[in-house]
Amino acid sequence: MTVVALAEVASVMPADDHHARLAGVTRVFGRPGSPNCVHALGPIDLDLRRGEFFSVVGPSGCGKSTLLDVLAGLAKPTEGTAEFEGRPIDGVPAGVGVVFQEDASFPWLTVADNVAFGLRRAGVDAAEVTRRVDYAVGFMGLKAFAGAYPAQLSGGMRQRVCIARTLVMQPRLILLDEPFGALDQQTRLLMGDELLRLWRETSATVLLITHALDEAAMLSDRVGVMSARPGVFIDVLETGWDVDRDSRIVSHPRFGDLTGHLWEKLRAESLKHMREN
Amino acid sequence: MRNALGTAVVFVVLLLAWEALHLVVANSSLPSPGTTLVQLVALFGDPDFWKHASQTSQAFAVAVVLSTAGGIALGVLLGMNRVAGTVAEPILVNLYSLPKVTLYPVVLLIFGLGISARIAFGIMHGLIPLTLFTMNAILQMKPVYRRSAAVMGLTPWQTSLTVVLPAILPEVITGARLGVSLCLLGVLIGEMFASRNGLGYMVMHAMERGDMPTVLAVALLLAIVALLLNAVLLMLDRAWRH
Repeated sequence: MTVVALAEVASVMPADDHHARLAGVTRVFGRPGSPNCVHALGPIDLDLRRGEFFSVVGPSGCGKSTLLDVLAGLAKPTEGTAEFEGRPIDGVPAGVGVVFQEDASFPWLTVADNVAFGLRRAGVDAAEVTRRVDYAVGFMGLKAFAGAYPAQLSGGMRQRVCIARTLVMQPRLILLDEPFGALDQQTRLLMGDELLRLWRETSATVLLITHALDEAAMLSDRVGVMSARPGVFIDVLETGWDVDRDSRIVSHPRFGDLTGHLWEKLRAESLKHMREN
Repeated sequence: MRNALGTAVVFVVLLLAWEALHLVVANSSLPSPGTTLVQLVALFGDPDFWKHASQTSQAFAVAVVLSTAGGIALGVLLGMNRVAGTVAEPILVNLYSLPKVTLYPVVLLIFGLGISARIAFGIMHGLIPLTLFTMNAILQMKPVYRRSAAVMGLTPWQTSLTVVLPAILPEVITGARLGVSLCLLGVLIGEMFASRNGLGYMVMHAMERGDMPTVLAVALLLAIVALLLNAVLLMLDRAWRH
């Protein structure tokens, strides 16, 4: 599995191919009309292009995570349709990988066993498991810790384990729910680089939920800005970065413009959220 | 090494305290550690003792197996169903705080005078703590574990066996440590009433005869057994939590 080969595959695919699509998706919790009924999300329209890096920013509680749940098949839309590779999403679709905000590494397994977990349950043969796990562990810089348990690792390293665990399943769509939310700023920037490297290597479509505007501006091809609850997209921004970008673009003048533009869009919504809570 | 030393110190202090207490109170009501040990060794040579011990072991073993299996199963069931768990928890806690010995006549009426009554009484003691521990372990399990299992495409059965069970195991072992010693307590109390065999009966019978060395020898033996069981479960727990 070389970078070149994957890049060739990616170039064959049409750039405007819709990989996942949400049309008029809403999500309402509780019975309509009852006092604790919450309209959490939508209506949302979203077309994820195959191979793009799409970030979603929005004020807290705007339904970002709910949006991810719908795409991951963990939640059903109340109204509207969700599609992945042309098929309606019903349950977790094969080919979709999710990295959660909380540390999801299993403390009773070593790093290598954590990474191998999904493959073993899927009945992949042992030689293939070893091959893929070795690759993912190496790719995420965990080689020296393959035999260690999560408790012996830092928060950043544990999140790498979770990313490796998703990576070995060779997902075509990777959903990340604020995966670096609990990490410090420097670690977050470096993890952003790792994510870009992984995105280029796998040519997967990436949807990143984040509250960090700089993260969204630096990593994405497009950034969707969501309103306060019920969250709808109020703007979708093309960043125009090269594919081989990395965290050093934070010193690029356009980075400041992008971040500033995102904040301009988001400020009013964040204020709304703050006043309501 | 330091741990072993600490344990040794605790044992020596306990023995000295026991000896001191023996010297302070009247000689006959609290035999010295030495007398107790001599009596314990003598008991080991007595076939009658082994008959009683095997009765207790049998009842205890069955009670432990049934209450462990039942406690975990019930705990998983209640933990998986949030509504059932919320309803059951206060009931179980109140049921558990009831002095169970007051119900022993009922148990005797239902199960008769044999070993099954003692097994049932052991289960009554051991089941509820393990159920509560298991149930709470599931309720408090990080939701992200189950979500991870779902996105990795695990079947519900795979999720239960390879995610939920390992995740709750430390709490289950803690519950089992409590449950096992309570099972032993239940079985022994059961043997103390309306019984003609078992170590519980042996203690009662020795007490009636004023044979304090036997009472203490059996008590010492039971304490050692309970401590060993606890140590084994603790070791399992340590091996699991890295």
